[in-house]
Amino acid sequence: MKKLINSPQTLLADALRGVAAAHGQLSVDFENRIVFSTAPREGRVALVSGGGSGHEPLHSGLVGAGMLDAACAGEIFTSPTPDQILAAATRVNTGAGVLFVVKNYTGDLLNFEMAAELAREQGIDVASVVVADDVAVEDSTWTAGRRGVGTTLIMEKVAGAAAARGWSLEKVHALAKRIADAGRSMGAALTSCTVPAVGKPSFDLPEDEMELGVGIHGEPGRKRVPMMSAAELSHAFVESITTDYDFSGKPVIALLTGLGGTPLIELYAMFAEVSDRLNELNITMARSLVGNYVTSLDMRGCSLTLVAADNEILDLWDAPVNTPALRWND
Amino acid sequence: MPETLTINALQQWLHRFASEITRQADWLTELDSAIGDADHGTNMVRGTAAVVTKLDGRMTGTVQELLKAVGMTMVSTVGGASGSLYGTFFIEMARNSPADVRLNGSELENALHAGVNGVIARGHATVGDKTMIDALEPAVTALSRSLADGRQLQCSIAAAAAAATTGRDSTKPLVARKGRASYLGERSAGHIDPGAASAAILLAALAASIGEGTA
Repeated sequence: MKKLINSPQTLLADALRGVAAAHGQLSVDFENRIVFSTAPREGRVALVSGGGSGHEPLHSGLVGAGMLDAACAGEIFTSPTPDQILAAATRVNTGAGVLFVVKNYTGDLLNFEMAAELAREQGIDVASVVVADDVAVEDSTWTAGRRGVGTTLIMEKVAGAAAARGWSLEKVHALAKRIADAGRSMGAALTSCTVPAVGKPSFDLPEDEMELGVGIHGEPGRKRVPMMSAAELSHAFVESITTDYDFSGKPVIALLTGLGGTPLIELYAMFAEVSDRLNELNITMARSLVGNYVTSLDMRGCSLTLVAADNEILDLWDAPVNTPALRWND
Repeated sequence: MPETLTINALQQWLHRFASEITRQADWLTELDSAIGDADHGTNMVRGTAAVVTKLDGRMTGTVQELLKAVGMTMVSTVGGASGSLYGTFFIEMARNSPADVRLNGSELENALHAGVNGVIARGHATVGDKTMIDALEPAVTALSRSLADGRQLQCSIAAAAAAATTGRDSTKPLVARKGRASYLGERSAGHIDPGAASAAILLAALAASIGEGTA
């Protein structure tokens, strides 16, 4: 294992120190491992997310004006704990309520659910939305349901903009659920990731094969297939996603995220093919984002997310945002 | 024969739970590496050790306060799904315990039932899903039946512990339907569920400590 770390045990704490050093507009609670926005939130709904670390910039890099108010960082690939999430909710609540954005993994669900109960006991109005957008899970052996991946980022951006405009918790929650219902993702891995504390790749993948429908923790996918070209893989992604949801007649927000170890030039080559394929299917790509946004440590590969939008969602997508990973119109 | 459980007996239970978890940690981790992510032993050792530290700092208070402190400590130190489930077990026990320094048989029965129901509500698992519920549910059923038959508390708790062990072993041939092991589908069969194993340790520790600590 070759990694730029001091030790696996201190990696998360060291990274949080780096986040604090690099981004003066964020405030880091090192004890509770929470990254807070310092943007004013007087009287408006606050957004809290979090999850296992190793998917950066999700979620800490998406904290700031127009997006998340707080992100709770768990250990690598391990959910944050309820007391951590409660500490975040308590600090960002202005009285207008808090929305929890949760990815569909058992540990995340249980810990956010418990945190919501504890927060309500303290009089904080909490609503939760669960992202379960990974179409790869449908035909696999999983029974814990679909995993949450790229739709999370699009939801955090759009719901964050709505909260910044002063929407009520009920309205922000309903909007977030609309995004959850309208988002689908599919990914593939060319190599395994290596969890620092484990020190070796999570699974073996031969040089001439790829794992289609991989999870962002290296969970098994739909199937192991011979290596594909960018065109072939893009077609497979679009095929899986559009078979699962009817995007016709709706403007689409597209996210192609690298999984951490794939260069941007390959992601753009992939995206060109995605764009062509959507054109052939008469699906209008209204907005797009290409880069490393929802990653899996050093895994090579990528994941495509499509969210069916409307004018209201697009307007919120375009609204000002100022976070380490996303920044426009601010 | 004593028919109440004092707060000291409960503390002995939790100390024994911690020491048994530590003694059997490698086995729990081995079970977890077969069908999960190989951290159940480590996580439970960390959580139960934190509980012991917490208990050593405060020997007073009510049963309610004690169990709530245990639950909150497990939630914040075990992590993942197990931390939330064990935490819920103790917190729900606390909510359904008397604000007193002792529990009688029916109060213990109520509290344990509430704890198990809390785990079921949190994890949405039922008997046969290959989870800790496979050990916990038969244990509280055995406890209730034994108490209803007019048997003594100590004897009834021993019956509960025996039922938990049988329940633990019943998970071996099952295909997991909940939690991380469910990701393996058919490949999860042939292994004891690590959560059911730690839950059986929890009941065995209660049976072992009640013999020493009733008053």
